[in-house]
Amino acid sequence: MSVQNKVQEEVTIRFAGDSGDGMQLTGSLFTNTTALEGNDLRTLPEFPAEIRAPAGTVPGVSSFQLHFGSKEILTPGDKCDVLVVMNAAALKANLSLLGSGGIIIANTSGFDKRNLNLAKYETEVSPLEDDSLADYNVLEVDITKITKESLSDSPLGYKEVERCKNMFVLGLLYWMYNRPLQSTITFLKKKFKDKQGIANANIKVLKEGYHYGETTEVFSSRYTVKEASLKPGTYRNITGTDATVLGLVSAAHQSRLPLFFGSYPITPASDILHGLSKQKHFGVYTFQAEDEIAAVSSAIGAAFGGSLGVTSSSGPGIALKGEAIGLAVMLELPLVILNIQRAGPSTGMPTKTEQADLMQAMYGRNGESPIAIVAPRSPADCFESVFEACRIALEHMIPVMYLSDGYLANGSEPWKFPETKDLPEIEVKFEPARTNNGPENGETDKFLPYVRDKRFVRSWSIPGTGGLEHRVGGLEKEDETGDISYDPDNHEKMVKMREAKRDKIAGFIPLQEIDNGVENGETVIVGWGSTYGSIRTAVHELRQEGMDVSHIHIRYLSPFPRNLEKLLKGYDTVLVPEINNGQLVRLLRSELMIRAKGINKIKGRPFGVEELKKEIKNGIGSSVA
Amino acid sequence: MTIETKISEHLKQKENGNGEEKYSSKDFSSDQDVRWCPGCGDYTILKQVQKTMPKIGVDKEDIVFISGIGCAARFPYYMDTFGMHSIHGRAPAISTGLKVSRPDLSVWIITGDGDSLSIGANHFVQLLRRNVDVNLLLFNNQIYGLTKGQYSPTSPEGSTTKSTPFGSIDHPFNPLSLSMGADGTFVARTMDRDPRHMQQMLQRSHQHKGTSMLEIYQNCIVFNDGAFELFTDRKTRPREAIYLEDGQPLLFGKDNEKGIRLDGLKPEVVSLEDGGYSKEDLWTHDEGDKTKAYLLSQFFDAPAPGETQMPRPFGVLYAVERPCYDEEVSNQIDAAVEQKGQGELDDLLQGPETWEIK
Ligand code: SF4
Repeated sequence: MSVQNKVQEEVTIRFAGDSGDGMQLTGSLFTNTTALEGNDLRTLPEFPAEIRAPAGTVPGVSSFQLHFGSKEILTPGDKCDVLVVMNAAALKANLSLLGSGGIIIANTSGFDKRNLNLAKYETEVSPLEDDSLADYNVLEVDITKITKESLSDSPLGYKEVERCKNMFVLGLLYWMYNRPLQSTITFLKKKFKDKQGIANANIKVLKEGYHYGETTEVFSSRYTVKEASLKPGTYRNITGTDATVLGLVSAAHQSRLPLFFGSYPITPASDILHGLSKQKHFGVYTFQAEDEIAAVSSAIGAAFGGSLGVTSSSGPGIALKGEAIGLAVMLELPLVILNIQRAGPSTGMPTKTEQADLMQAMYGRNGESPIAIVAPRSPADCFESVFEACRIALEHMIPVMYLSDGYLANGSEPWKFPETKDLPEIEVKFEPARTNNGPENGETDKFLPYVRDKRFVRSWSIPGTGGLEHRVGGLEKEDETGDISYDPDNHEKMVKMREAKRDKIAGFIPLQEIDNGVENGETVIVGWGSTYGSIRTAVHELRQEGMDVSHIHIRYLSPFPRNLEKLLKGYDTVLVPEINNGQLVRLLRSELMIRAKGINKIKGRPFGVEELKKEIKNGIGSSVA
Repeated sequence: MTIETKISEHLKQKENGNGEEKYSSKDFSSDQDVRWCPGCGDYTILKQVQKTMPKIGVDKEDIVFISGIGCAARFPYYMDTFGMHSIHGRAPAISTGLKVSRPDLSVWIITGDGDSLSIGANHFVQLLRRNVDVNLLLFNNQIYGLTKGQYSPTSPEGSTTKSTPFGSIDHPFNPLSLSMGADGTFVARTMDRDPRHMQQMLQRSHQHKGTSMLEIYQNCIVFNDGAFELFTDRKTRPREAIYLEDGQPLLFGKDNEKGIRLDGLKPEVVSLEDGGYSKEDLWTHDEGDKTKAYLLSQFFDAPAPGETQMPRPFGVLYAVERPCYDEEVSNQIDAAVEQKGQGELDDLLQGPETWEIK
């Protein structure tokens, strides 16, 4: 039987196994090689919710999905084409994600009686042996056994040998997709620099997997996925978390301020703390506080002292920070709050994604407490979005909430990274020192901390600057002087002033663009945040089918871009897909009087392109209440 | 370029102090009307702080007062320095962020028994264990004043207050023992009615490198008048209070006729008048002795049956040096720069692996 070579435009592979099977590493190595081959791609890892869920059980399954192609790839893929399962639990947990006719590569050692029991398969017969998988193309390989045989002369212990089996899978897939082994070999040599034995064993098994594909006849096809036509330039692969870290360091660099990051560990935001704590040589201060409140408070303290103060969390932690964010609103100090959203309410589903904290960001504090909100739309876009959050905070002396989510944070894509010289400057001016302050030198010259410029922004007057001694606080303050005031007219004036200050930001952000489609069309799909990839792909495909549907994706959620209202009023139908129960849709209705209709999914998972297309078709023409 | 020099670029050049006092206490009073109840102990604390500031030799613009919520928390408004009246209980956390990023500043936390021992108790103990180089003035009046008279975490058991009409059944905190337990490096107590002693203690707080925890017994004339009368009243003070001095024997009484002696680890009050004991037999105060400092902090509760009441100690119970968190953070940054070189943003943006699309 000869092996056929087929060309594919796009492929989705899902690696699934026990937490200890090294599926995340396998996935990311395949990703690196794929990126180096010039494909466009998106990835999404999924980890078990428990740290050490029992081996072999369904809760212990860890998986990594990679979608790559020669065309534009914007989502990690709806259904996968290839599913690698290292044990029975991995099959059970992931089979529903495999497209019909898809390929299953199953490690048969993972389907013995013990594993079937652990995975709670009710039948005695392995799913590999009954005909439950008849709709798929199942390739059974005893990966564990082959790995052991291949390393029979190795001096490594039993466990270390067993741990090499993921390299067999990787080698086999490299053969299937005509990929070179070199970058993985280089990686392994570097990673196990001081453990030659382990490096050699892994490389041996990797090659074994590749040769297995070549010599056995179980596979009838190999596949080629050609280079994508990405914009020319130098690329790297980046996760949303790493892009956020880089964006923060860059914003500090471009504003010439020290970065102070106060945080408390919480899924899925902790990785930002981990990432920034490695950047001490950039002068980054990271402070793991005793709780969420201390984390935000420390950032406010640092901002008072003239640093770029940043705090991070996820929904429940943001709730705890609410009072302190309100303080920053009153102090009119720059503060950046990163909310890496997860499924709520309460503890909810920490490892699952959701966009349900928009209302919390908008209104989730006591009193009238306006802040700015910025949301990234893809892993790489986290860089620019968090940079913008910092810019707005610093230039407008206001707290800014950055609304990312777990899906963006953990996902990755190729990024045409910028050079420092191309980054914009962030304009920061501290109030200069005065020499003759004080009543003895005439009241007129008294420093007034709450005097504003044309944008209604007050000065940043940091301790250590002579003549600027002044007091700020959470109590309502008199206009200009900042002195405590209970005057009714002053309070109303200040409440409106803080809101006007936030609204003025609209003059300093880009106008809303149409991502795809036309102005004044029939239907527009309006999204924000991580739904970008699914919406863009769905709209692209629907337009190819001849539908008049456009896509607008909003990064600046508070204040909205000043042309947004006019733009949206140009369409007959406004549909708003969100991973929540309808939040942006309510804002568009209440703030802009747009007759918008929601498309909502609240399953802790992103929209699939196909389901979204279907929902859009259903939504068009249906009456809007 | 270090962070400090980065910030100091924006600061004016500072003259070096010549040892003379540059300011008078008036220079530290702001233009705001002071609004505590007439007769409140807070007034005298404010006055002593304003008197002490010129003596510590720090430029006005380098001093920051940060408070939480409560009667005492109005304090920063009355000081003509930088100041922040923040939110309930969080002043230690705000101060930590400020001091870590601005080690050049002299940071003073103004807090009360409700602010620091109830809603902000977590931040209070964390501050002490981290030993951030700030000064914390704990105005203890054993009551909630601003909210008009509920019992506080330092109110004695049985206190009848608005929220405890049948008497409080909460066991109170002993702030100094708590501070010792949190590994505080400077633990001291003073009282509003002894201005001279308070000034000394404020200066000592400033001089100490690390978190200085100074508890100040403060009379709330409206809701808890006379809570500390035994210690503040001239008639009872000699027998009820003992002033500590490093290296000196523990003496008290009107004519220093009484002393405290240690029998093993058991303190006892002895008379120096009946010839049984002399000064040499007494416990000599050692600010560096943690065990003894803890024993002193325990001169607090009512005595067990058959034991004598100990006088309440005032002064510095404990003062030792331990690395400060803020300094360690800066050291770590310096070490990282030394080891890896000043970070190059382009290297970071590029990451470990790149590829070219033509
Ligand atoms: S209520 Fe008590 S503590 Fe508060 S200002 Fe009045 S006297 Fe002072």
